[in-house]
Amino acid sequence: MRRFFATGILLSILVSASAFAADAPQLSTSGKFDETSGEALFHQVCQGCHMSQAEGSHGAGTYPTLAKNPKLAAKIYPIYMVTSGQGGMPGFKKYMSDQQIAMVVDYVRTHFGNNYSDTVTVEDVRTVSQR
Amino acid sequence: MQENRMTLSRRQVLNWIGVTAGAAAMYQAMSSLSFAAESNYDRSFALSGAPEGTSVLVLGAGLAGMTAAYELRKAGYQVKVLEFNAKPGGRCWTLRGGDRFTELGGATQHCEFDKGLYLNPGPWRIPYHHHAVLDYCHKFGVALEPFVQVNYNAMVHSTKAFGGKPQRYREVQADFQGHVAELLSKAVNQKALDQALTQEDRERLLEVMRSWGALDANGSYRKSLETSLRRGFAVDTGGGLMPEAVPSEPLDRKALLDSNLWQSIATGQEYEFQTSIFQPVGGMDMIARAFEKQVGKLIRYNAKVTRIQQSDKGVTVTFQNSDGAGDSLQENADWCVCTLPLSILGQLPIDVSAPMMSAIRAVPYESSVKVGLQFKRRFWEQDEHIYGGISYTDTPIGRISYPSADYGKPGKGVLLGGYLFGPNSYEFTAMQPEMRVKKAVEYGALVHPQYTSEFENGIAVGWHRVPWTNGCYGLWTEESRQQHYKNLCQIDGRIVLAGEHASYIPAWMEGAILSSLDAIKRLHTHIVASPKAA
Repeated sequence: MRRFFATGILLSILVSASAFAADAPQLSTSGKFDETSGEALFHQVCQGCHMSQAEGSHGAGTYPTLAKNPKLAAKIYPIYMVTSGQGGMPGFKKYMSDQQIAMVVDYVRTHFGNNYSDTVTVEDVRTVSQR
Repeated sequence: MQENRMTLSRRQVLNWIGVTAGAAAMYQAMSSLSFAAESNYDRSFALSGAPEGTSVLVLGAGLAGMTAAYELRKAGYQVKVLEFNAKPGGRCWTLRGGDRFTELGGATQHCEFDKGLYLNPGPWRIPYHHHAVLDYCHKFGVALEPFVQVNYNAMVHSTKAFGGKPQRYREVQADFQGHVAELLSKAVNQKALDQALTQEDRERLLEVMRSWGALDANGSYRKSLETSLRRGFAVDTGGGLMPEAVPSEPLDRKALLDSNLWQSIATGQEYEFQTSIFQPVGGMDMIARAFEKQVGKLIRYNAKVTRIQQSDKGVTVTFQNSDGAGDSLQENADWCVCTLPLSILGQLPIDVSAPMMSAIRAVPYESSVKVGLQFKRRFWEQDEHIYGGISYTDTPIGRISYPSADYGKPGKGVLLGGYLFGPNSYEFTAMQPEMRVKKAVEYGALVHPQYTSEFENGIAVGWHRVPWTNGCYGLWTEESRQQHYKNLCQIDGRIVLAGEHASYIPAWMEGAILSSLDAIKRLHTHIVASPKAA
């Protein structure tokens, strides 16, 4: 048992930061998301629907493309979406701290062809999460 | 001395109450996901007397859509159905060897199960009180067999308890009950309940606890013939000159309470999971196929709905081929029963009132993942004598369920190697399918070491990646129901919605069918009372 987890931790150190999609990720054990960076949160959570390059997808419905998305300009919008959800998208307030929401929104706003320089802060998130 | 004993007894009682409250709180949390209410099904349901020439367009050929199509056509309506998939059933779905599944994002899995083996990625059991589902199964000749929910010989596993060694369900069940009975008996004997109970009550309670918990004459739960008759023997009874039975040692009380393993025991006691439970022989989609025999000719497959319009004259639905090829087509009808999941419907332009639109957009869709694993042999039966039922683990896979069919069959077997909700479900969905399978095998090997050498292949379905639903089921809260549920269920002009999302039995097939029956009954009444459409 111990060995199992120790191996997992070792692996996560060895895994290069950009290789989340391909390599074995560390899974949360606390009942909430345990990821501690915007990159990890995106690739281990958001990617499930919005896909690894934030390109979204299409079936009977769609998952919006977050790459090069002008709707991310006003940071309150993605903060609101992640915190409270909208339509079929669940809110993540239940499983993510304000700090984590700030990190993942900031990550998306500074990657995938998005270059918004105004950093997302915990205080920004708090105005939406109200906690 | 007396003082000390009282303090100790209070603490024990508080501990016991805490444990009980924990279980109750968990029950509450779980039943808020799926409301424990008996289905309100009328076996004699039948509509008749459709105004001549009246047409109804049904959107979606899942169980809600096909129920509507079947009953409305019987009532005399002209019915057509549009379905996104190339086959009927929606979430009532089974994956077998030879099947291919392409999820959102494009990853394609080829199911490599042996003949006769399968995974139900969606619904997989039918409680005895889901009368509507059972009745349609009986009516359409769908063969059913018992689904084993509780298996006393299955495992309950915590990485944080008993050195990570899985425990047998029956041992945890018997020992938890026995220890609780002993604590309550001690509380009575130490006069902790004197104020609440009369002398007669106390004596009766002690007697009940002895019987309920398999306690000895002194009210102790300890290694004995009686306790082994509950939890099993260290050496089982035999015949002839075989060894005599040897009683087994109960688990330590503190270790057991600390383990939280008892939480898993409560699940099988819930209304939805009480015996009897059924499954269709050969896979859940046997139900979809049976409906298809009735209404298949009415269904147009590979039709992706892109717009829903209505006027006082009728309904116009625009659609295109599901692969996006070809021109837009339109279908007109007098009325429309729309069973598209809200996760899809909420993205479409649809002419409905503002309150219904708000309701459609108010329901997020839950995450869930199921993993099917094929092994070279049915080691869970051969090595561990586990025939059907569910083992529980605190690892991300949540549970392992063994097939409730073909017991003792030589050759390969497929089990449910993971059924996830919550954060781990999102994390599994975000992985490539092969990684989901790999992780399910890794975690499962902590419960069954045989996994490592016996595993052959697997398939994993993350419901947020399923192209026709964008999620597992509609996740209502008390607040959203209060605000939106009735608006969602109204007849809006010429359109009425149906599906598990328009029911109080979310995620269950019964909810889909009952919602549909209620919607079409109201719609039919409304149509008959309306002036004939032009």
